[in-house]
Amino acid sequence: MVENRPWANFFAHAVLIVGVALVVFPVYVAIVASTQPPDELMRGTIPLLPGSHGIENYTQMWQSGVSSANSPPAALMLWNSFVMAMAITVGKLFISLLSAFAIVYFRFRFRMFFFWLIFITLMLPVEVRIIPTFQVVADLNMLNSFAGLSIPLIASATATFLFRQFFMTVPEEMLEAARVDGAGPMKFFKDILLPLSVTNIAALFVIMFIYGWNQYLWPLLITTDPDYTTIVMGIQRMTSEENPQWHLVMAAVVMAALPPVLVILFMQRLFVKGLTETEK
Amino acid sequence: MQTKRMTFPGRWLPFALLAPQVIITLIFFIWPAGQALYQSVLREDAFGLKTTFVGLENFARLFRDGSYVNSLSVTVVFAVGTTLLSMSVALLLASTVNRMIRSGSTYTTLLVWPYAIAPALAGVLWWFIFNPSIGIVPYMLEMVGYRWNHRNSGSDAMLLVILAAAWKQISYNFLFFLAGMQSIPQSLIEAASIDGASPIKRFWTIIFPLLTPTTFFLMVVNVVYAMFDTFGIIHATTQGGPAQATNILVYKVYADGFIGLNLGSSAAQSVILMVIVVALTVIQFRFIERRVNY
Amino acid sequence: MASITLEGLKKTYSGDVHAVKGIDLHIEDGEFVVLVGPSGCGKSTLLRMVAGLETITEGTLKIGERVVNKLEPAERDIAMVFQNYALYPHMTVYNNLAYGLKNRGFKKDEIEKRVQVAAKMLEIEDFLERKPRKLSGGQRQRVAMGRALVREPAAFLFDEPLSNLDAKLRVQMRVEIKQLQRRLKTTSLYVTHDQLEAMTLGDRLVVLNAGQIEQVGTPMEIYARPASMFVAGFIGSPAMNMLPVDYLNEQGANGLLDHLPDGTDIVGIRPDDMHLAPPSAPHLIVDSTLALFEAAGAESHLYVTLAHSDQPTVIRVSGQPPVAEGETLRFYVTRDALHPFNSATGKRTED
Repeated sequence: MVENRPWANFFAHAVLIVGVALVVFPVYVAIVASTQPPDELMRGTIPLLPGSHGIENYTQMWQSGVSSANSPPAALMLWNSFVMAMAITVGKLFISLLSAFAIVYFRFRFRMFFFWLIFITLMLPVEVRIIPTFQVVADLNMLNSFAGLSIPLIASATATFLFRQFFMTVPEEMLEAARVDGAGPMKFFKDILLPLSVTNIAALFVIMFIYGWNQYLWPLLITTDPDYTTIVMGIQRMTSEENPQWHLVMAAVVMAALPPVLVILFMQRLFVKGLTETEK
Repeated sequence: MQTKRMTFPGRWLPFALLAPQVIITLIFFIWPAGQALYQSVLREDAFGLKTTFVGLENFARLFRDGSYVNSLSVTVVFAVGTTLLSMSVALLLASTVNRMIRSGSTYTTLLVWPYAIAPALAGVLWWFIFNPSIGIVPYMLEMVGYRWNHRNSGSDAMLLVILAAAWKQISYNFLFFLAGMQSIPQSLIEAASIDGASPIKRFWTIIFPLLTPTTFFLMVVNVVYAMFDTFGIIHATTQGGPAQATNILVYKVYADGFIGLNLGSSAAQSVILMVIVVALTVIQFRFIERRVNY
Repeated sequence: MASITLEGLKKTYSGDVHAVKGIDLHIEDGEFVVLVGPSGCGKSTLLRMVAGLETITEGTLKIGERVVNKLEPAERDIAMVFQNYALYPHMTVYNNLAYGLKNRGFKKDEIEKRVQVAAKMLEIEDFLERKPRKLSGGQRQRVAMGRALVREPAAFLFDEPLSNLDAKLRVQMRVEIKQLQRRLKTTSLYVTHDQLEAMTLGDRLVVLNAGQIEQVGTPMEIYARPASMFVAGFIGSPAMNMLPVDYLNEQGANGLLDHLPDGTDIVGIRPDDMHLAPPSAPHLIVDSTLALFEAAGAESHLYVTLAHSDQPTVIRVSGQPPVAEGETLRFYVTRDALHPFNSATGKRTED
């Protein structure tokens, strides 16, 4: 379009640059802080450029953590976060695929009942039932375990509904052809449905991995053993000290934020697809 | 609900497939929710020996309790503040990126990644930036004469958590606004241009009205986010303080139940939160339907 | 009301894509000019350049006496009817029509007057309070035109406005557009890929191909004397048959082809110029076999294969001649029905 507003383009870029700066600013501050030597920040000065102590800080955080805050080495915490995130993600995907398959491709009594049962879980985030759920997990002896960290979170309905919606767009002919070819339901599921769903699975993988990695309330409730501390928990513990060791805290923050951010950056298109699809 | 016209036969297979999700749902969702409902109408005595049925007494107590009412109003302020701030910034950024033909995708990538950051981490980051002793913002504010201290000032604390919550949510809102704008046919914009509308006029008379479904949808999602997903921000920064200034409902449930060990009150609070979630979810689905039909 | 002049207009996209390669055209005040050509020929791009929706890489564009290259669409005093109508879905029909006038600061009663006049002309008065999604395709089309009408611009620009309508509606709207333009006498530039639409609507046609003008002329000029093989094949349906001169001479042309201009190695013959009965004027005789008989109501299309050649050819006759598929068929062509071309240049060989 012919547009005679030379200022418009300049202004637009300016707005966006300010926007990006605002968005990046906190993380930049974290990176700067994480590379300062220990006493620099204690002195009350505020550095604006990255310091020189980066490698030492990150190594220290990675290897030894901050024991005064009951915070184990970052290496361990990152591993815990990773296991939890993967368990939740894989668990959710697995369960939802099966359930969606059952609901769409079978006729059975109580089908609608089960459908609504699953639907209800949309309205029951863990935040509205923390104590009773905690009691259940405690009764089942699942505190301080990966099982306890992940299993209660893998049954939510969003993924099931997304797969259900997707399955309903798969042409009838596929099913008919499979039956003619003598394939039973599980073969159909494995050989035809799953390959078709790969993009959806990948898109959801991104969303759920981030969801699992960033879990906060639930791990807070059921883990007290430092061996099971996730990285986000660990950071919180470090900041609740009287005088937090900010350079280490920020190193941990950067390490904690890195995996999900990398996942988003590398799988941006799938991520956007996953976001927009799950909100339908 | 539609079914596939053709289905597989199978007596026990569908049940087996559904079993994992249903079992987990029953054990970890339905049963605890039921427990919460049950406990909300009970009261334990001081020694934990006798429990009596007290009907809606726990709920009535809550609404008479100053700190609960305070929590309600704090939550409203927090939710509205976060939603407004986050959505307006996202709208501005999305409408600007929408105009960019070449650099659009670069800017999008640069604006999308905060979604990956845990709310608690967002809280910690902003807490650090606003730290009264070593934070960069108080340093700059002092130069204009304002002494920032979110440990003492309730409004400072509220501002801090709103900033942290809004910051994290900008990416999400940005993506949805951008998608909404991009689904508006280019020919409408061209027609408006021929009809004499300047870019700003085009935005307010054509683009923004056509974004209404997206806007409503995001409003609901943002309120749900602010009410439920922001526990981490509060817990990692202000712990509900100072003096209850940031004690949002979802934090109070935790504080009263886990730390204060007041089961009846906590259960009642949980039930109220459940009611709110149900209401918001119903609204969300209503508006999603509207969205498809626009 | 104004003329439109295009001088050396070019449009090049990044990556060296030449969509429009140098167009010179003058449209008189009040003329209805149709840009016609196959997909990708640059006709829509050219229209959008006139509208200001695409920037002009090279050349000059004048509306009236003003050079408008750098003017925004709103400043060019043009109105456009889009292929998908581009109606504002959240506004009533009335507001759709009024929008352009409101933006230009017209007073309420003036807007009211203009909208009512246009609505009456297009018979959409009953829909003024409805929203576009409650209208049929044809009704939306009229609203789109109404939006252009109320502006009383110097020129109307139409971008394939009838493509999304069903065949019957298309014919009806075609007539209405023509009558409307005659009545209003507004300069109009109309883009279509449908050669029939072009022939029936235009005072003059501009046949475009690959970003360049192949021929400009009245519909009858273009039909009777196509300037190139492309135009010959594009205008007229079924398309003109192209027969090599050598082949015809071999089949015995009796010297009929000797008077053809120099350089002619291929002649075009319209399907309706091939007769099944020998005419009195000097004529060619060609033998063929009938491969397919297509009965199209008032006329028939006979698809034949020529003797000693695998060239597909179409003959158009009225009614249903008593011939059967597989039979041999002899047809006759008079000399003045031959369109001489040079296949290397693709151009007509006489002036």
